[in-house]
Amino acid sequence: MNATSSRHQVSIEADPSLPIIRITRDFDATPAQLLRAHTEPELFARWVGPSGMTTKILDWDATTGGRWRYVAERDGQEFGFHGCFHEVGADRIVQTFTFDGQPEGVALETLRFEDLGDGRTRLHAQSLVDSFEDRDQWLASGMETGIDEGYTKLDALIAELR
Amino acid sequence: MAEDQLSRVFAALADPTRRDMVARLAAGDATVGELADPYDVSVQAVSKHVKVLADAGLVSQTKDAQRRPCHLEAEVFDLMTKWIERYRRQAQERYERLDAVLAEMGGDEARSKPGHLEQGAAS
Repeated sequence: MNATSSRHQVSIEADPSLPIIRITRDFDATPAQLLRAHTEPELFARWVGPSGMTTKILDWDATTGGRWRYVAERDGQEFGFHGCFHEVGADRIVQTFTFDGQPEGVALETLRFEDLGDGRTRLHAQSLVDSFEDRDQWLASGMETGIDEGYTKLDALIAELR
Repeated sequence: MAEDQLSRVFAALADPTRRDMVARLAAGDATVGELADPYDVSVQAVSKHVKVLADAGLVSQTKDAQRRPCHLEAEVFDLMTKWIERYRRQAQERYERLDAVLAEMGGDEARSKPGHLEQGAAS
């Protein structure tokens, strides 16, 4: 996968004292563009993944107090997710996240778009989950399946769009 | 090993006292008595915690008859690091898809304003 080695890299941090996962990633885009990619359903569905799965948005109101629901589908298998938009601002989104397969579990996600200037933005994504057990299971199993077959398709997609 | 041991590792580390003990053992070996010192619990309770950590393979106790110091098994953490690396790769992959979407969006970033987004389903 050397084709992607020059891309911006994700950094992940599992907080040792709180059941939190923090993700940081730079983008060659403005905060406004990142906001659009997170709030416009047709854009969001194209990248949220998991890879190899098709995302169908069922409900979407990306405003403060709004809600969302989508399913990821592959070979007739569907995985549903839903949550609420607690706050949608120019450089910050706060929302809840629940996997339908584990309806009592809820993560609180805070996304922050830090303007780095020159059309670059640093995304800070934080997920607070219910317990260390949930957090570590999440890290271990990955909510996303089918990671291996995804790379080839992804490289093709990027090559096509670049 | 993998799956089974990993669940034991994650379960062992789900407890704040045990996480704290692991953090202290990372600085150097310690006896059960030394580990018990800062906590308001009995040596027996700490012994139980050490047993859970030992069952998960996180900690070993040498046969040194007198002190039997606890030792942190660093390679188990390497295993966890690998799992986190897998999660990282998934996130990396997701954001590379986002890169592609952003690249295609180009300059038309003023189409909608936050807080006034159209409702609708993706086709």
